[in-house]
Amino acid sequence: MALSMDISVALISIAPFLAAFLAPLIFRFTGHLAGWVLSIVPAGIFAYLIPFIKPISEGKFVQTSLNWVPEYGINLSFFIDGLSLTFALLISGIGTIIVIYSGKYLKGHHDQGKFLAYILMFMGSMLGLVLADNMVALFVYWELTAITSFLLIGFNHKKQASRRAAIQALVITGGGGLALLVGILLMQQMLGGVWELSAIREYGAALHEMSLYPVVLVLFLIAAFTKSAQFPFHFWLPNAMEAPTPVSAFLHSATMVKAGVYLLARMNPTLGGSEIWSITLISFGSITLLWGAVWALKQTDMKQMLAQTTVASLGLLVILIGIGTDIALTAMVIYLVAHALYKASFFLIAGILDHGTGTRDITELGGLRRLMPLSFILAIIAAISMAGLPPAIGFFAKEEMYLSLLQNDLKSIIVLIVLIAGNAMMLVVGASIAIKPFLGGLKPTPIKPHEGSLALIIGPLLFGILALLSGIFITYTGKMIISPTASSISSIAIENHLKWYFAMFLKPIILLSVVTWALGALLFFKLDTIRKFLRSLDDGFKWNFDIGFDWLMFSLIRFADMITRFWHHGRLELYMIVVFVALGVAVIAPLIINNAVPAMPTSIPSLTFYEWSVILLAAVGLIAMLVAKTRLVAIVSLGIQGFAVALIFMLFGAPDLAFTQFMVEILTVVILALVMSRLYLDRRDNRIFEDILRDGSIALVCGVGITMLLISVVQYPIDLRLTDFFAATSLPIAHGRNIVNVILVDFRGLDTFGEIAVVMGAGIAVLALIRIRSGGRQIGIGAKKSKPRRKSTRVQKATTASKAKNIATSKTKVKVTKVKPKTVKSIRRSKPIQKNKGAKA
Amino acid sequence: MEIALAVLIGMFFTVSIYLLLSRAIIRMLLGIAILGNGVNLLIFTAGRLTKEIPPIIPMGQDGLIEPFANPLPQALILTAIVIGFALFTFLLVLGYRAYQELDADDTDTMRLAEPERAPRPPLSY
Repeated sequence: MALSMDISVALISIAPFLAAFLAPLIFRFTGHLAGWVLSIVPAGIFAYLIPFIKPISEGKFVQTSLNWVPEYGINLSFFIDGLSLTFALLISGIGTIIVIYSGKYLKGHHDQGKFLAYILMFMGSMLGLVLADNMVALFVYWELTAITSFLLIGFNHKKQASRRAAIQALVITGGGGLALLVGILLMQQMLGGVWELSAIREYGAALHEMSLYPVVLVLFLIAAFTKSAQFPFHFWLPNAMEAPTPVSAFLHSATMVKAGVYLLARMNPTLGGSEIWSITLISFGSITLLWGAVWALKQTDMKQMLAQTTVASLGLLVILIGIGTDIALTAMVIYLVAHALYKASFFLIAGILDHGTGTRDITELGGLRRLMPLSFILAIIAAISMAGLPPAIGFFAKEEMYLSLLQNDLKSIIVLIVLIAGNAMMLVVGASIAIKPFLGGLKPTPIKPHEGSLALIIGPLLFGILALLSGIFITYTGKMIISPTASSISSIAIENHLKWYFAMFLKPIILLSVVTWALGALLFFKLDTIRKFLRSLDDGFKWNFDIGFDWLMFSLIRFADMITRFWHHGRLELYMIVVFVALGVAVIAPLIINNAVPAMPTSIPSLTFYEWSVILLAAVGLIAMLVAKTRLVAIVSLGIQGFAVALIFMLFGAPDLAFTQFMVEILTVVILALVMSRLYLDRRDNRIFEDILRDGSIALVCGVGITMLLISVVQYPIDLRLTDFFAATSLPIAHGRNIVNVILVDFRGLDTFGEIAVVMGAGIAVLALIRIRSGGRQIGIGAKKSKPRRKSTRVQKATTASKAKNIATSKTKVKVTKVKPKTVKSIRRSKPIQKNKGAKA
Repeated sequence: MEIALAVLIGMFFTVSIYLLLSRAIIRMLLGIAILGNGVNLLIFTAGRLTKEIPPIIPMGQDGLIEPFANPLPQALILTAIVIGFALFTFLLVLGYRAYQELDADDTDTMRLAEPERAPRPPLSY
């Protein structure tokens, strides 16, 4: 029974991003009032979602889909049932308040526009996450929340603690996101290509039978546990308190950290119900609950206290999903809503206190009841809901969760004890935040205390009223919100019996609540002693999760450094070895693999006498260069092989090439001789024998490879289509008889133009290099080391180092600059001679 | 005759790579110069060799008469020779300036960009 296929559902998750795009602009025009203006978007979404409550409570749902990657059957599909609606309402409702609140809270901050944009983007990702039907879309939104929360947590990026908290959140939740991706892909493969969350719930039983079920389960649990800060991934959440208070209120009441709970709830029909599911969830949830609750007692910073109780609450929600009975799921939904309301309230009040007094330390505050009466009342209401006192909605959350554990087995009793202990400790935290800053004698604070303005107080006010109203009219709440949400978690309709009646206070189960309250009251009066005791325990430990995380991150950096140093060792000859070994392999390997090593010629090629002499000349030039004892011999040998190459061009029908080669070789030898006479170099190659052997073999392998490659190339017929084209069109189209020149100046004229530009650029660069005054920066890292080796030749120089150097430089400057224009010119001159196409011939 | 040239080209590559693997800048420069020649000859030979007949249409004729040398590789090589020369000159001056500034011609001692004792990356956030 789907409601109309309304595409506007997709708009819900897009609108916040559009608003985020405009936020900085709106901030520029409206200043801190931008919060009020921008709150229209989440408020609109909230109002849009309200009419869905009734049809969805009657068992209907909304489904809509856009084409995304149709080739893979992936659509951007959305789905609204009880669970997503409850989450979407919480996100957009609390989001509205947060946007308004941040407008005031960050008033005067120059990056406020950016902040509002981040908040809206985060809200958009969160809405997309809970509305997504397609699992790929779910993953994308999941990672988007990780990225946007990174931006939010690291908003005070000038503080190292903020940066660390942001990176920690990103690494942990982003890593969990990767596990989610693998889990999604595995599950999609196992179920034969189902991408939709609404469809996979049909496969629950079948999935449990499959061999990969535990793997998929673990992957999804890692994703949920990292996001929802379950032990042992819990430590990023309290650190994320580095974020501005509105962020903490938003991330830790109904959004970011609840995403993991949402995933577990969503997957309950598919992955849940098995023994391993419930044992894992209950045990990890219990550890997290106790850990968070105990840690909360240790804190004095209000935000830290709240963060730790958030960890505890998340553990509690996970336990309830793990129990998985109808009553447990009902309790879970009530607790989810109650927690979102009171936790958002508390964070915002903590922000008001911080804003109004300048401190968040609970031991430094007192006696504010007269100065901040409204905050006091609202904190009391939040604490009532947190403690599970009637008539707030928190009362039913606690009643139902105890009810779900009234079984006669050991497991239930242990969990029950855990829940009572956890609840009692959380009650203490709630009570101390609601009472300690307000009662007692007034303590001096950094700022003169003042009540929060409307933008700040409106949130706790509305949440407080809502917490009371939803508790008082529990029958209505139960029917409209709780029951449909619980039903979509369990996939069968769950009715609940929530209502007020007098006899409920006479039932024995109320005793469990009384025990909780009594225990809480006892702890409350002994809180200072307990805190002191817990802190003294803490000193005994050298290790905590943060230190472990740092170690992990720094190891990663060290590892990256090691890898970089291994590959980028800074020794050029080793880089060159890698390059040429690769060349040798690239040339020879295909020949061997394809069995294409060319047959060696059996007879000596029949060449004329003068052809042999030219080839021999080139060979002599090459070998002379290797064995040359002096610079001059090496330069002359370079000239010999160059001239031999020019002669080869001449012999095989390329007079233009030969001519250019002659020119270039002359210039090369002249310039080289000029520059070399200014250098004081080692005479000999100073390679040791092993290096000579290594370099020689690499060079030989490459050379032989090139020879073999060329031999095998010339054994096949050549494709002469281009040559024929040029030969045929050169005269009729380009009116030139020298085809080489026609190609250069006509067919590939632009290419030649580029070539001239390159030569010119090189000429200018050479000029610039020579004209830079030497002796600017003298960083002699290499200089000091290499000196001894050259001492013999450099000793006279070194005595009057700077002076001699300057003279040497200035001389060179004159000489080489004299040479340069000539070279550039002569090359230019050489071109027209070659390219007087047809005219001469 | 391509075979004979193929062996010669192999020699060009061997010598140039051997020189390039040396640590002395000036030897590497010589290697670059030779490598350029080797590559040019490689392209030239791969386009097949024709003896002594340049691809020029004689006056009074409308087209080339077979056989003629392949003009396409020649055009490519002509560009390559000039560019190669520009590169060589630039490298030569660069090497010379490096020698002046760093007082070194051994690449092992030219460690300005990648110093031997580079600071470790900061271990913080």
